[in-house]
Amino acid sequence: MAVSSPTQTTQLMNNVDAVRATLYDAMKNDPRTVILGEDVGARGNVFLITKDFSKEFGPQRVIDTPIAEASIVGIAIGMAMEGLRPIAEIQFADFIYPAFNQIVGEAAKTRYRSNGEYTCPLVIRTPYGGGVRGALSHSVSIEALFYHVPGLKILAPAFPADVKGLLNAAIDDPDPVLFLEHKKTYRLIKGEVPDGHYTIPIGKANVLKEGTALSVVSYGLYVHWALEAAQQLADEGISVEVIDLRSIRPMDKTAILQSVEKTRKLLIVHEDNKFGGIGAEISAMVAEEALFSLDAPIRRHCAPDVPAMGYAEPLEHEYMSSPAKIADAMRELARF
Amino acid sequence: MATTITMPQLGETVTEGTVAQWLKKPGDSIEKYEAFVEVSTDKVNAEVPAPVTGTLREVLVKEGETVATGTPIAIIDEVGAATQSNAHGTEPTQQVADAAAAPPKPSNGSTAHAAPAPQATHAAPARPAELDIAGLEAALRVASPAVRKLAREHRIDIRALQGSGANGRVTAQDVLTAAQMGPAAAVGQAIAVGTNFGATGAPAMPPTQAKPPAGGTSTYGEPLPGTTIPLNQARRIIAQRMVESKHTAPHAWSMVEVDVTNLWKWRQREKDKFDHETGGLKLTMLPFFIRAVVESLGVFPLMNARFTDEGIYVNKDVNVGIAIGLATNLVVPVVKHADQLSIKGLAVASAQLIDKARRNKLGVDDLAGGTFTVNNNGSNGSIASAPIINGGQAGIVTMEAMVKRPVVTADDAIAIRSIMNVCLSLDHRVVDGYVASGFLADLKRRLEAMGPTGIL
Repeated sequence: MAVSSPTQTTQLMNNVDAVRATLYDAMKNDPRTVILGEDVGARGNVFLITKDFSKEFGPQRVIDTPIAEASIVGIAIGMAMEGLRPIAEIQFADFIYPAFNQIVGEAAKTRYRSNGEYTCPLVIRTPYGGGVRGALSHSVSIEALFYHVPGLKILAPAFPADVKGLLNAAIDDPDPVLFLEHKKTYRLIKGEVPDGHYTIPIGKANVLKEGTALSVVSYGLYVHWALEAAQQLADEGISVEVIDLRSIRPMDKTAILQSVEKTRKLLIVHEDNKFGGIGAEISAMVAEEALFSLDAPIRRHCAPDVPAMGYAEPLEHEYMSSPAKIADAMRELARF
Repeated sequence: MATTITMPQLGETVTEGTVAQWLKKPGDSIEKYEAFVEVSTDKVNAEVPAPVTGTLREVLVKEGETVATGTPIAIIDEVGAATQSNAHGTEPTQQVADAAAAPPKPSNGSTAHAAPAPQATHAAPARPAELDIAGLEAALRVASPAVRKLAREHRIDIRALQGSGANGRVTAQDVLTAAQMGPAAAVGQAIAVGTNFGATGAPAMPPTQAKPPAGGTSTYGEPLPGTTIPLNQARRIIAQRMVESKHTAPHAWSMVEVDVTNLWKWRQREKDKFDHETGGLKLTMLPFFIRAVVESLGVFPLMNARFTDEGIYVNKDVNVGIAIGLATNLVVPVVKHADQLSIKGLAVASAQLIDKARRNKLGVDDLAGGTFTVNNNGSNGSIASAPIINGGQAGIVTMEAMVKRPVVTADDAIAIRSIMNVCLSLDHRVVDGYVASGFLADLKRRLEAMGPTGIL
């Protein structure tokens, strides 16, 4: 990370704190910033991310919307095109589908369609992911649905410092960014976050742990589990490299290829379904560009192809991975 | 002899079968080809004929139970086979698969007593065991794209490597380790050059040969009597390359005596200055010798060639390998373009390679590309040796020990001279004695002409 210097002061935060602090600074520092979404005002967001924002910045800039996601994004697009810096919130990623047309059909194409005359500096934040007993409609991963769309950036940071740096980068970005926050990491993951304004470049992965036996590429909650599994394997004498994508699109091809060329084995770990997921694109890219570095088939450790995460605890456990399951996948590939 | 009967495979796609009914009880006698069990699958129901004549000793699967094909379902005690089994030295139990699939032979009317045991042996081929080995071998040959690429780059025959991956798979790291061992890259060119890669007729050393004899193991560094030293990658590769070179290249041998009195004087005169100039490098006889060798190779390019199926390839470059014996293995780093280096340049280049070899720091590049090899064999007093050619080259010369000897000079006086034998092994496919002896004579002349008036 290009954020810490010896003299820099930091605060211990969880991911909710990091989102909140970043949004607060954006509201404070740029009068063009507007937050809109369901329950972002009086309620202060269901995770209390925007608690008291409405009091401080007023209902004109912290807008409680109806339960109408297409409108939330559609209105935000108009704001963005006309000079504001809207940060739209979809309360849960599971509810983003009504806004699909606005995001894919409008926001992503604005710059292209207007031949650069208009841009759409819009951030759409949304909590995603499972492991919290959220059942069918509070657990989904949506990244693969939007991943296919040129003109859209998708970020999925896992650490508080990355959340702040990438959310700042998203807010500064002149084009639409889908900002995914894994809800299980919200209060689970804590870390030091530098004070002041900083950005982390969009499209840069982070090699969290260097290793030689295999490369593991992941993002979101599973990054933390992959790290835990990698430590476990280190004790067994297997050296695993762990890469946190942070940015899903654009994707840091260089970091992935460099790692694969070093370790010659690639395991992709994500919570989203396997078929047509982010891992499919990474696999294809590596097969195209680094086939002759591969010493084993590329492996994907992902969710099974079932329509949704069940509410029953055993069903959720079956759907979700775990450090132990990831460690098994790593061992299997290391042994190959 | 007890014969184990396994669940037959009743059709290509069938993977399991259900014992529908036992037609014989334990203790019942069974004639060969007599149906003794009825098996049902989702495709067919069939009565399974006995492959041998004997007594049903044991039923291993109950009626109604479904097991995978190949699973033992019964044991038949074969009549009168006990002595036969000893005579054949076979295991007491033989696996029988696909008994039902075997075409029934017309009965020859043999009774239980007359049933000849050898026939029973034929009826009980050890097929499952064979299939396992085939499967294992197939697994061993799984070469990933990375392994193929690295094997080509480093000219390693992966068949000779002991795989550390699953099912003995050779991993990319195995290839790299082999390449770094030195002899693989240096001695291993025979495999890659001029022939179809990986398809030489040379004998590969199968990784799964006979088990080591009992008595424990020890190491190359501390060999203990009555123990076996497990083959490490380096030793395995050295063994393979040596066998390969001896096997493919018909070696011929020749030796000349060289008067190196003047050369020795020259070296003595230069060594302190050289030491001083280079910051501590020792000036040995080796660079003088290499210099003479590359000059002779220039005159006899056929000695700097290699045999291929398409013809004799005459190398463009003159890259001289230096054989360096280490405590547990042998490495042959290569002085590239040795013909373009002065004696001083050769001294520096060879000293660096020797230093790297001793510190185990030789890279793959240091070991690749040799076209001829020099072996300084005389340091321990050897006065003659018959070296094995470094595979893919036409020859190897040795520097034997320098010995002071009374010599009859040209004017019939007796003088004390420093004499060094130079031995040459040559690939007789590439050159004949005419060229080889011409080369040796030329080398001798050059070495004897070297003296204190020369320029390093």
